[in-house]
Amino acid sequence: MKGSLCTEKTPEPGEFTDILEERRRNSDLSYALRTFSPQPYKGHPPTSASALHQAVLDSHYLRYVTQEVATESGEPVDVIREEAAGILEEMSHNLQLSFIRLLGYTLSKVFKRVFRRILVNEEGLNKLQQAIQEYPVILMPNHRSYVDFLVLSYVLFTYDLSIPVIAAGIPLMGMKLIGEILRRSGAFFIRRAIGSDKLYWAVLSEYVKTIVRTGSAPLEFYVEGLRSRTLKSLNPKLGMMHMVLEPFFKGEVYDICLVPISISYDRVLEESLLAHELLGVPKPKESTTGLLKARKVLEDDYGSMHLCFGQPLSVRELSKGRISRSQYNLVPRDLPQKPSEETQAFVSMVAHGVVRLQERGVVLSPWSLMALVLLQNYGGLALDSLAQRTAWLRGLALKFGALLDWPAQVPDEEVMLSSVSLHGSLVCCEEGRVFLLDEQGSSAAVSSVSPEEAVLKRAAVVLMCASYRNQALHVFVRPALVAVAMPTAPSSRKEDVFTQFKFLQELFSNEFVFVPGMAIQDFEEGCSLLLRCGALQISGQELTVTEDEQEIASFLRAILQPFIQTYQVVFQHLTVDGSQVFTERQYIPVLRSYVLKLILAGELHTYEALSSDTQKNVLHTLLRMEAVTKMKTGDQSKFIVNKADIQRIGDILAGRRPAQSAAFSRL
Amino acid sequence: MASNGKSSERQKIAQQRLRIIAGHLRKQEELDHTDIAAQECKAESNSNAATPNSMPRKRQEIMKWNGWGYSDSRFLFNKKGQAEFTGKRYRLSGLILPSLKDWFEGTFGANLQHKSPATPAINASAVHPPNLSESFVEELKATGIPFSHDTEDRVFRAHGHCLHEIFALREGRFGRCPDMVVWPNCHNDVVKIVELACKHNVCLMPYGGGTSVSSALECPPEEKRSIVSLDTSQMNRILWIDEKNLTAHVEAGIIGQDLERLLNESGYCTGHEPDSMEFSSLGGWVATRASGMKKNIYGNIEDLVVHIKMVTPRGVIEKSCQGPRVSTGPDVHHFILGSEGTLGVVTEVTMKIRPVPEYQKYGSVVFPNFQAGVACLREVAKQRCAPASIRLMDNEQFQFGHALKPQESSIFTSFVEGLKKFYITKFKGFDPHQLCVATLLFEGDREKVLQHEKQVYDIAAKFGGLAAGEDNGQRGYMLTFVIAYLRDLGMEYYVIGESFETSVPWDRVLDLCRNVKERIIRECKDKGVQFAPLSTCRVTQTYDAGACVYFYFAFNYRGLSDPLSVYLQVEHAAREEILANGGSLSHHHGVGKLRKEWMRETISDVGVGMLKSVKEYVDPDNIFGNRNLL
Repeated sequence: MKGSLCTEKTPEPGEFTDILEERRRNSDLSYALRTFSPQPYKGHPPTSASALHQAVLDSHYLRYVTQEVATESGEPVDVIREEAAGILEEMSHNLQLSFIRLLGYTLSKVFKRVFRRILVNEEGLNKLQQAIQEYPVILMPNHRSYVDFLVLSYVLFTYDLSIPVIAAGIPLMGMKLIGEILRRSGAFFIRRAIGSDKLYWAVLSEYVKTIVRTGSAPLEFYVEGLRSRTLKSLNPKLGMMHMVLEPFFKGEVYDICLVPISISYDRVLEESLLAHELLGVPKPKESTTGLLKARKVLEDDYGSMHLCFGQPLSVRELSKGRISRSQYNLVPRDLPQKPSEETQAFVSMVAHGVVRLQERGVVLSPWSLMALVLLQNYGGLALDSLAQRTAWLRGLALKFGALLDWPAQVPDEEVMLSSVSLHGSLVCCEEGRVFLLDEQGSSAAVSSVSPEEAVLKRAAVVLMCASYRNQALHVFVRPALVAVAMPTAPSSRKEDVFTQFKFLQELFSNEFVFVPGMAIQDFEEGCSLLLRCGALQISGQELTVTEDEQEIASFLRAILQPFIQTYQVVFQHLTVDGSQVFTERQYIPVLRSYVLKLILAGELHTYEALSSDTQKNVLHTLLRMEAVTKMKTGDQSKFIVNKADIQRIGDILAGRRPAQSAAFSRL
Repeated sequence: MASNGKSSERQKIAQQRLRIIAGHLRKQEELDHTDIAAQECKAESNSNAATPNSMPRKRQEIMKWNGWGYSDSRFLFNKKGQAEFTGKRYRLSGLILPSLKDWFEGTFGANLQHKSPATPAINASAVHPPNLSESFVEELKATGIPFSHDTEDRVFRAHGHCLHEIFALREGRFGRCPDMVVWPNCHNDVVKIVELACKHNVCLMPYGGGTSVSSALECPPEEKRSIVSLDTSQMNRILWIDEKNLTAHVEAGIIGQDLERLLNESGYCTGHEPDSMEFSSLGGWVATRASGMKKNIYGNIEDLVVHIKMVTPRGVIEKSCQGPRVSTGPDVHHFILGSEGTLGVVTEVTMKIRPVPEYQKYGSVVFPNFQAGVACLREVAKQRCAPASIRLMDNEQFQFGHALKPQESSIFTSFVEGLKKFYITKFKGFDPHQLCVATLLFEGDREKVLQHEKQVYDIAAKFGGLAAGEDNGQRGYMLTFVIAYLRDLGMEYYVIGESFETSVPWDRVLDLCRNVKERIIRECKDKGVQFAPLSTCRVTQTYDAGACVYFYFAFNYRGLSDPLSVYLQVEHAAREEILANGGSLSHHHGVGKLRKEWMRETISDVGVGMLKSVKEYVDPDNIFGNRNLL
């Protein structure tokens, strides 16, 4: 196992194999019913769901907390214990092999219809197989689509590996029948807003920790917390991560193995749903009938899906020199304890690091790169120049360490055309020109549509297109931030550029995932990638963009433009046009109509500014940077704007004033 | 020396008291000791001591200079490839152990063809010549206390029994050795030696049984002064027995087996039986806070000691009464207990004694797995009904124990096969690779023992334990005494190993055992050890709030360029793991120099400061310069 989150070099994922190929050749039924005998952890047979249930209820930790809650609430302990049992009932998985078989059968049918190929790296699976026998294993996939949810179980079943139990959101449980099927396929359900419900936390954490302690099954959870609506990585949630790691901190297991898994799609099933959600069309509640309606979706072609199983990580190795396990020596381990600062920092580092490794393992389709080019050319461009630009970008991406699924020995133009046809709902190619559609195949504007609606329709396409670009952002974001920092820093001295870089990183840390405390390494990485492609030269302490490769720098800057512009627009709204105080509910609608107005007036060309995701990120960033403060009055939260602060942040972003210098000693 | 006047005054008082006590004793019973009173003690009168001297001054005459124990007792593989144990001293002596070879080769991947023999004899030229303080030697001669600077005598006292120490001897490598050895015959001799050492600034290192496993006897290489090893072996008399209060006053150089034997003759015992009791000394027990196998009945050394006399550079320290418990500030005995020879020499100890028990019975219980065994021990501790000894061996150690079965077994069934057959037929449903065994020793009135036995077996049954006979129990305890001999056998065939211990709260016992064993295996693998090591543990003592755990680890070092460094790194990692899992730095082996790097985190800065200030007051010139502990 690997003991470092260092991502300087992307580990070779090995060859990818299409698991559907075998499915297309042989009977799904005999596949589903075949002998399934995975090698369990330490040779012990997995714990049954009911034994797990009992172990949690009997735990000292839960007994302690129920007692505490009873004392606080004044209710009898028995009532609280019953409540705890109820929570556990609602939560528990009920993994049964027969359901996995059923699922294996059904998913084979569905996947074959929807996907051309499902590609997995068998080398990663081999390592996983090793790890499962020796350690409690935590499977940590990114979350881009509902399809992710069971595909891992499907792959593990296919390869005769232990079926994981999966942390899922409660809404999934609400779906009739499906909820029960998922439960029996290993899902356990977690409420969305737990807040300060002490009992719930206790039951959940004991449940999770017991799974890890006994190693009864691999545990799968989404460290990002939820499905990314933008296909960009999300900053990790730390609660679950902490629960998972605690058995190691407390010496209850020798080690824990974390396996980052990167799932990527040529085309995501819910692409249009996601875009509309971002534009403010509310997302339909997860329901069984909704799913049935989605059957139309299943008629379409979604290309390939990639699952890249990353190098297993040893928590023991990662924690060397960072965590002193003896900190638990003086208090019974069963008692709830506030994690120490070093523990919190470590958990955060691991969680962010895993997201970063997930990014590294994402296999990109040509379409992701085409989207990058297309979004810089809203009006469309000629097929041959699209092909040429994309091929150029491919070279750059490879230099930056991206994993690409680029068909071998196919002319570039053909690759373009095949991507265009796969994404026919977004782009089309007419008379040798490739351009974005307005919406659902209607390139010609229908007169009955209002100008606002037209903008929104256009925005939907742009946002869908942007989501595919987003899948590739991690490849470029560090050098791009350096490229943006250079002209906006007060001088070309390395120190000043770094200060500006660090400011940008902090500003956009809700937008892109950075491991906390690694700014220097990120900066060095950005610089070294620019050096590698010849776009940067360093003489002494001076950083300059080379004459020959101006194009790279400006291309990289352009990648970040939609974000920079959106942030500036929001700043402008808050400082100039908006009111000083607003409520949570007002923020998005008011901002949306403001942006819409600017676009209609031709003053703003960035349709991405309409994305509620980015808009929310700006607000969170300003809160974090204390340029906006949150006040709770009753049920309502109010935000108070500090216009001067926002003005200052906007000025630094635009390079009109210098950022406060950051610690720079190690450069 | 500043304290000269004071100490001689104290000496006078002490001598007077001794004379009175001796007088009482003579009146009461026929005592053979003519030299009971301190002032009569003369080095020359050594020969007329009543105690038969089982430890001669020239220890190498009966003991190995580069291995464990008696020269006549050792394991070897005979021409037929069968293991046998030589000599006549032990139950195993002269017996063939048919299963040992299979176990040995199977466990370590060792091969009888691949030998790693030791250097046959001490090459005197490899030992640096003694650095003698002539003035000290001169004055010492005048006292008549015997001493020597013979190479063999010096080499013998330059080490304890850590693996690295024995390994170096076998390779004929000698580090810094004591420059001379002195054999005081009584407390007063020690007083004289300490005075002379202070006067001439000579470094003293007390030497008792030499069984240290903490590098405590290693001479600090940076020590420039002459180092004198103070061998207490000739101070080995029981000075009196007080039958009214059930105490015995004993010279601290006496070794465990002599103490028990002599007390037995009078119908008494101390019941203090550390695994090293054949060789380790009373003074050594006090200096290291020793623990005995039967501590559940008799207590550990700190419970057994009533009075201690220690000679320090500041003078003699002792309490003025023998009250069974006192409230007179912090107990000064606890500065002495565990001081590891850094403050002075323990010369005489008053110890509790008990009548020899009427009845002894071994027993054993087989559990389906280690977890069940630990749960049972915990329950036994909870009910406070632990027998004199209760130990739980893990599966590997259980198999190890079986490999030492001397009986004839069919040559057609391999060791593990035979084991499987036996246990599957006898203990249905027990996995022979999971089961483990607890060994028991009951002591007391026959009737009470039988009652007690039933109580313990009833508890065991609740945890799935099945009684497995006296034989298994007895063999378990036998293992204790021969394990160190076995290490020497291993070293003949490229196998090196060590044992170490800790104490840990009950709730962490299982986690600690698992993690430490696992750590050892992984560290060995990482460091290039070809064959998986033996990594095994047992729970050897139970307390109200926790247990003592003992680990054995050994591996085949063929193919390693620097096996010793690998071994040291693994042991270091194992200790780190113990500490990370809530275990203590040591339950009874002590700190010595091997574990002193962890003292600060173990007892805090202030704790270290306290110990330092005591050292600075008691021994400002670092006469007792073995540099243990701090």
